[in-house]
Amino acid sequence: MAGNIWVLAETWRGQVTETALELMALGREVAGQLGVPLEAVLLGHNARPLASSLGAADTVLYADHAAFAEPTPEAGALVQLIKERRPHAVLVPWTNLSMDIGALAAAHLEVPFVNGCKDLKAEGGALVAQCVVYGGKLEAAVTATTTPALFGVLPGSRSADAGRVDKMPPVVDVAVIMPEPKVRFSRYLEPETGDVDITQQDVLVAVGRGIQTKDNIDLAEALAVTLGGAVCGSRPVIDQGWLSLSRQVGKSGMQVKPKLYLMLGISGAPEHIEGMKDAQLIVAVNTDAAAPIFNIAHYGIVGDALEIAPALTEAVKSKKG
Amino acid sequence: MSVLVLLKMVPDVVEELEVSADGKSLDTSFLRTILNERDDHALEQALLLKERHGGKITVIALDAPDMDDVLFTALAKGADRAVKVTDVPEGLTTHAAARLCAQVIATGPGLLPVDLVLTGVQALDDLDGLSAPLLAQQLDFAYLGVVTGVAVDASGQGATVIKEYAGGVRGEFAVRLPAVLGAQAAEKPPRYVPVAKVRAAMKAQAIETVPAPGSGAGAALVEVQQMAKPVVSSHAEMLEGSPEEVAGKFCELLAKRGLL
Repeated sequence: MAGNIWVLAETWRGQVTETALELMALGREVAGQLGVPLEAVLLGHNARPLASSLGAADTVLYADHAAFAEPTPEAGALVQLIKERRPHAVLVPWTNLSMDIGALAAAHLEVPFVNGCKDLKAEGGALVAQCVVYGGKLEAAVTATTTPALFGVLPGSRSADAGRVDKMPPVVDVAVIMPEPKVRFSRYLEPETGDVDITQQDVLVAVGRGIQTKDNIDLAEALAVTLGGAVCGSRPVIDQGWLSLSRQVGKSGMQVKPKLYLMLGISGAPEHIEGMKDAQLIVAVNTDAAAPIFNIAHYGIVGDALEIAPALTEAVKSKKG
Repeated sequence: MSVLVLLKMVPDVVEELEVSADGKSLDTSFLRTILNERDDHALEQALLLKERHGGKITVIALDAPDMDDVLFTALAKGADRAVKVTDVPEGLTTHAAARLCAQVIATGPGLLPVDLVLTGVQALDDLDGLSAPLLAQQLDFAYLGVVTGVAVDASGQGATVIKEYAGGVRGEFAVRLPAVLGAQAAEKPPRYVPVAKVRAAMKAQAIETVPAPGSGAGAALVEVQQMAKPVVSSHAEMLEGSPEEVAGKFCELLAKRGLL
């Protein structure tokens, strides 16, 4: 008899996250396929009422500990619960928030933490994960050779609404022992303000590695101004210090839903797509005709962003008169 | 202060990647590899710490094609020692690789004691786990991932570490040393080093080699059933022609949607 399916019910500043709800929907499907219960694992402090957001679960395992009042990478409690209760699989949000705890728990238990799963299904009693590898260039169907196994599930696997069931599930209080932490949360550092709020723009011109130099961002800026929008960027551009952190779109940055998202030299890493996939109109310019972004964009242009951007600026200017 | 930086080569995904004939793995026959970008940030963060606090940086890598160039580049940038682990078993799992690195750190000449181990928070080819937390567990060190800033306390016993969350929010943590940190980005972009300086490092400095402790490739914790290019459910409609023609079509699109 297979063990239960668990979802690590990630919380952020007093709320169950959207990604956790997505995983509840996915977990519900997988548990159904295996014919086992779905359990949500809620690690918190005075957070019992949050179980009411986890109605998709058959049971909520709630561990209350002062260590969970703020984010922590410490995985001791999760390790203890897995050892005691032997689930078949633990679905962990593949997010900056939960990646540490999932990876550390797997390391302690010497079990896999399957990276970057975009989907999961049961086949013949085993779970098969569809994983994004090599920055989205390839995908792999992966099984774990051990149970329990942990699966790091990417945001967007299911809709959060499908995992949102408003009823209070049975809550089981579980006692956990947390060792003296080696890592302690001190405080949040809020995003810089005063700059353009890219989440409020109708038009965004996004630049990636293909823009090549900081100076070339002027080309994107000119185009953005002509279109009445703002410039934003993908991780490599932010890491280079060419744009401020407040302009970053993606997993660590902002989630944006503009009317137009025009991408210059962004190949389409999964982390970036997470932040912009819901834009109404996505147009991508890339020199590589095989770039993954052309599978996401509505319209594509194969070409050098440095040549295309000025041409677009000129054309838009002349249309506007 | 002693800082170790673990470096790893990964496939260059700017290139087209192909699947092997077995349908389960990456075809490595014409593969171009580059230093894992996150590891480059880990090295940069170590260099920034050395500039601020002094101390010594040792870069450690499992042998791989082009690894020597990467290690000499690290020396040219300011690392003090470069250690290459040779005779590495083929097909190492992420768990086994971390175990091997932990053994090298524990037994290699003069690698302990260490204050900080920095490495990339993830690599493009990780599949069964993440190296940095695995290493932390092996060494029984503290761990924090997705790190974008580090300051070592005056006591040398702890560090203030910045971790990135979503939406531009970051968290500040007090981390007890020694610790392993999974770097997302250094506080500054990785520095550029001229080729001449790398050549000078090649002449003046040497890469130390340590044979891999014989712990094998490790039992596979995951099995790849199939590897393939993503099945494309949709594809962008392509706008073709000269830049001017493409621009004209782009304007038509916007006009149709009331965006012009």
